[in-house]
Amino acid sequence: MLLLIPLLPFLGFLINASFGRRVTKAVSGAVACGAMIASFVVSCAALVRLVSLEPESRAIVNQVYTWLTSGDLTVGLTLRLDPLSAVMILVVTGIGSLIHIYSTAYMHEERDSEYARYFSYLNLFATFMLVLVLGANFLVMFVGWEGVGLCSYLLIGFWFQKKSASDAGKKAFIVNRIGDYGFILGVLLVFTRFGTLDFQEVARAVSGLSPETTFGTVSLITLLLFIGATGKSAQIPLFVWLPDAMEGPTPVSALIHAATMVTAGVYMIGRNAVLFSHAPETLTIVAVIGTATALMAGTIGLVQNDIKRVLAYSTVSQLGYMFLAMGVGAYAAGIFHLYTHAFFKALLFLGSGAVIHALAGEQDLRRMGGLKKELPITYWTFLIGALAIAGVPGLAGFFSKDEILARTFESGHTILWAVGLLTALLTATYMFRLVFLAFHGDRTPEAVSPEHPKEQEPAAQHPTPTRPAGHQPPSTGHQAPHGHLHDAPPAMTFVLIVLAIGSVVAGWVGLGGRFEHFLEPSFAPESVHAVADSSAEIPLMIVSIVVAFAGIGLATYYFLKSRRAADAMAARFAGLYRLLLNKYYVDEIYDAAIVQPIRITSEDGLWKVVDVRVIDGAVNGAGEIIGGSSELLRRLQTGSVRAYAASLFVGVVLILGYYLWL
Amino acid sequence: MNFPILTSLIALPIAGAVLLLFIRDEERNEPLIRNIALIVSVLVFAETLLLWTRFNPASADFQFVERHAWIPAFGIDYFVGVDGISLLLLVLTGFLTPIALLSSWESVHKRLKMFCVFILLLESAMMGVFVSLDLFLFYVFWDAMLVPMYFLIGIWGYDRRIYAAVKFILYTMAGSVLMLLAILGLAYLHSQGTTGEYTFDLLKLYAMDVPRSQQFWFFLAFALAFAIKVPLFPFHTWLPDAHVEAPTAGSVILAGVLLKMGTYGLVRFAFPLFPEAASFFAPYLAGLAVIGIIYGALVAMVQPDMKKLVAYSSVSHLGFVVLGIAAMNTQGVQGAVYQMLNHGVSTGGLFLIVGMLSDRRHTRLISEYGGLKNVVPRLVAVFFLITLSSIGLPGLNGFVGEFLILLGAFRWDPRLAALAATGVILSATYMLWMFQRVNYGPVTDEKNAKLPDLQPREWLVIAPIVAIAILMGIFPNLFLKPIEPSVNRLIGQVSQRSSQRLQAGNSELRIPN
Repeated sequence: MLLLIPLLPFLGFLINASFGRRVTKAVSGAVACGAMIASFVVSCAALVRLVSLEPESRAIVNQVYTWLTSGDLTVGLTLRLDPLSAVMILVVTGIGSLIHIYSTAYMHEERDSEYARYFSYLNLFATFMLVLVLGANFLVMFVGWEGVGLCSYLLIGFWFQKKSASDAGKKAFIVNRIGDYGFILGVLLVFTRFGTLDFQEVARAVSGLSPETTFGTVSLITLLLFIGATGKSAQIPLFVWLPDAMEGPTPVSALIHAATMVTAGVYMIGRNAVLFSHAPETLTIVAVIGTATALMAGTIGLVQNDIKRVLAYSTVSQLGYMFLAMGVGAYAAGIFHLYTHAFFKALLFLGSGAVIHALAGEQDLRRMGGLKKELPITYWTFLIGALAIAGVPGLAGFFSKDEILARTFESGHTILWAVGLLTALLTATYMFRLVFLAFHGDRTPEAVSPEHPKEQEPAAQHPTPTRPAGHQPPSTGHQAPHGHLHDAPPAMTFVLIVLAIGSVVAGWVGLGGRFEHFLEPSFAPESVHAVADSSAEIPLMIVSIVVAFAGIGLATYYFLKSRRAADAMAARFAGLYRLLLNKYYVDEIYDAAIVQPIRITSEDGLWKVVDVRVIDGAVNGAGEIIGGSSELLRRLQTGSVRAYAASLFVGVVLILGYYLWL
Repeated sequence: MNFPILTSLIALPIAGAVLLLFIRDEERNEPLIRNIALIVSVLVFAETLLLWTRFNPASADFQFVERHAWIPAFGIDYFVGVDGISLLLLVLTGFLTPIALLSSWESVHKRLKMFCVFILLLESAMMGVFVSLDLFLFYVFWDAMLVPMYFLIGIWGYDRRIYAAVKFILYTMAGSVLMLLAILGLAYLHSQGTTGEYTFDLLKLYAMDVPRSQQFWFFLAFALAFAIKVPLFPFHTWLPDAHVEAPTAGSVILAGVLLKMGTYGLVRFAFPLFPEAASFFAPYLAGLAVIGIIYGALVAMVQPDMKKLVAYSSVSHLGFVVLGIAAMNTQGVQGAVYQMLNHGVSTGGLFLIVGMLSDRRHTRLISEYGGLKNVVPRLVAVFFLITLSSIGLPGLNGFVGEFLILLGAFRWDPRLAALAATGVILSATYMLWMFQRVNYGPVTDEKNAKLPDLQPREWLVIAPIVAIAILMGIFPNLFLKPIEPSVNRLIGQVSQRSSQRLQAGNSELRIPN
């Protein structure tokens, strides 16, 4: 039964990849959505079966076949469903189905064959993502791990005619490969140390050890694995690919670069919770990197003007929270946030997609405004998403984020807690800045000249007349200068509404520690952390709530009440503003410090000097010396290849004869 | 064993070549020539498959052994056999030859008959190299292989074909002369032993205890010949020239099979014949291999010519193979043999794709292309799959070999594995960058705007490659199983003898575990 879960979307992929060119959009869309929904149904059935089992033995294993054997290494394609992977498959197939449905409308402007290509990639992604979370050993996980990276590459670069898109796809793949380098070394070390790659067996082997007090083998293993996680989940120092990944279609950003794939690193740590628990030093690194990433991305998100980029940095920041949770050993809290985040971040991305769709590809916040009246459904659902991520009580994000902060505080990492709190403030602020800029105030389509036309999405080309470039239209107040805007088609609004409901209620399953309790067996054998000291919980919660509202308040003041104050702030701290706007110049630094040196060394050093001059020079030089000294023999050189071959043969015979008769 | 199947693998292509020589009036009989050559090579492939099904995968010994006295005075026999290490290399040779022939269906018209004759002779020699269990016989095939390859490059190649062909033959000859001396020396050494007879019999020579001081020289002579063939850094500079100038069929066979002769030679001869020297030199070989992995990848990255890029990527990929061999443990060597097959499939496939592009556009420069995905989507899809196989995406063939080699190397010396694994990042960089420049973006050059997509004949050429790449990725055990017993026997041979000697006393030699 488990195999069916990734197999169904794979069938969808095969059908659309083989016949997609020949069928209509309705058919290819139906195949893809049908495959995903079927997979979701099977996942639900699997969950029901899982829950019916005793809590101690809650696992369903499906050994498909022995994949590869070499000496003492045996790796099977084995799938394993336990509470942790159950949560993941529900997110992947559930949110995945919704995003497939949304895409049927969003991508409708594409040609038939492109439409089928899009859905085939999307199905393939789901396949690999499901393999990733269901894989029972490191190598099967790695198949999914690289596979989702591949699909991410294909979908980011979906509009391959745009150089920025194919560049972004390539960057994503290569940066992920850097992370995978760490991951694969970690896997090698796991096998060398424990003689197995099976998650269960590794956990069993390691639980017999006592946690490392110094930086030992387990610490090294976990650190290497964590490098893999920084690549996949866009943490410092490998986060740079995710903002660029926004070149892909918006539903892709929602599915892959917010709800599912980028959380794979968090999931991987959860999967290896026992291993990580034995490496306190690595856990500290995880927590610090997570917190630093959360803060850094939050500050960048504060000033970005591209609606999708704000959300991208927000995702990086929220992923940082999840790593913070993992780092302080609050695995369940991290996974809980992963789960709630999937709802509200998918909602926010899809909402931004509806905005971009309505505005014919416009992504610059400075040219938006006042959309509240024209796109009411988009506005209200988006607002719910924003409230959820800001941590307003009662909504999904509140429960999970509060849980992480509380656990961090209890674990004694007060500084990390404080930074986390500051980031929560930033989160609320940048999110509501976005809401106010896009939906409130007046629309200012000509506010800035289109400096980044490349950022517009071709798929979102809408029948509304395009803006005449460089032409100042007469101010018409609230009325849209180019026709009436309207909410997205039903397939899209339906998904927005479902996700909005999810963003409200998804957190409720965590009430009373039920979520944590459900997940516990996955992080066993030994309970990792002592039961929370609940005396601090209430005051901490109040602090969180205050911070959330403070963030919203700040945004309200600067971006709703007094834009001038915001501009004044930007002018006053011009240096800082520029630093944030340019994302701390990380891309530029990497390019100057790593990319260009490697390219120049390779081209002008290795190739043109070492290869051509030194080695080939030596070879040709040797040839010339021989050639010079044999000037006398030159007459023998007839230039006929046959003569050479014959003399070669004669020579061999002579040498041979000489030796044998010796 | 009744039917001499190994001999027939060698003889059948020769028979085909002879048959072709009788055909007059080349121009009118072009289809006939092509069909005869193709049918013969397909028959040979079928035979290799038959061999595979008859092969006993549980046995580590040489199977289908045939032995006939050849020059009894010097103990030279016609002695052939196959074990798990050579079995699949024979299949690979049988697999790639018809593909190579088919790939030149439309691009080669000049002196077609001789072209086909040379390809068949080459196939025969390659088969001979892989089955020879007599060193003299091996050497004959080894050198015989050079001649058809030389002509394939020199006659049907591109502009600088003569330079490339001469460079190819000089480089290779330089190595093989030394190897010949070593082979003769070995036979001589055997005659000084208890039996007092010359022999070139590999199995007898395996059993011979070569004195340590001499092992080093012998090993160096063999290893140099093989290192040039692989090619191992810094003996690789003949390869880019040979590949760039060779016709597509030549490149496919050169990359697909000929380069494996070097790594095969290390496994079959250099390591088991001289185990102590091998143990001593293994770290140096591994060092060169790792340099080659990184160096080849970096230089590949900046190549403006697609064929050169793929050629340098071969230096990188073959570095992995040598690293696995040097590790001398089950995963390392098994991975190395697997990677030999992989490289034949994926690099062979890349050369085919480049050939298809240059058949259409008569250029191999990356900058001449761009936006091909708009024009020839099917070709680009296949191109992409082979690219993925080449960069070792799990689920395709390349990953299995790379992972096993890295695992083997890691258990031997983690630092080497850590360095080698950077190749995984670099390969993605150069391949995807090339892929992007060739296929993505808008069509910028009008000459690219009307290219035809894959033709039925081209499907026939490339589809088997893609199918094998997927099969080898999803069911690697089909291929790993027959390899393993022979690999373990080899490791036993190498480690047992070198450690016996070590226990006897005095050495700083390191034993691969």
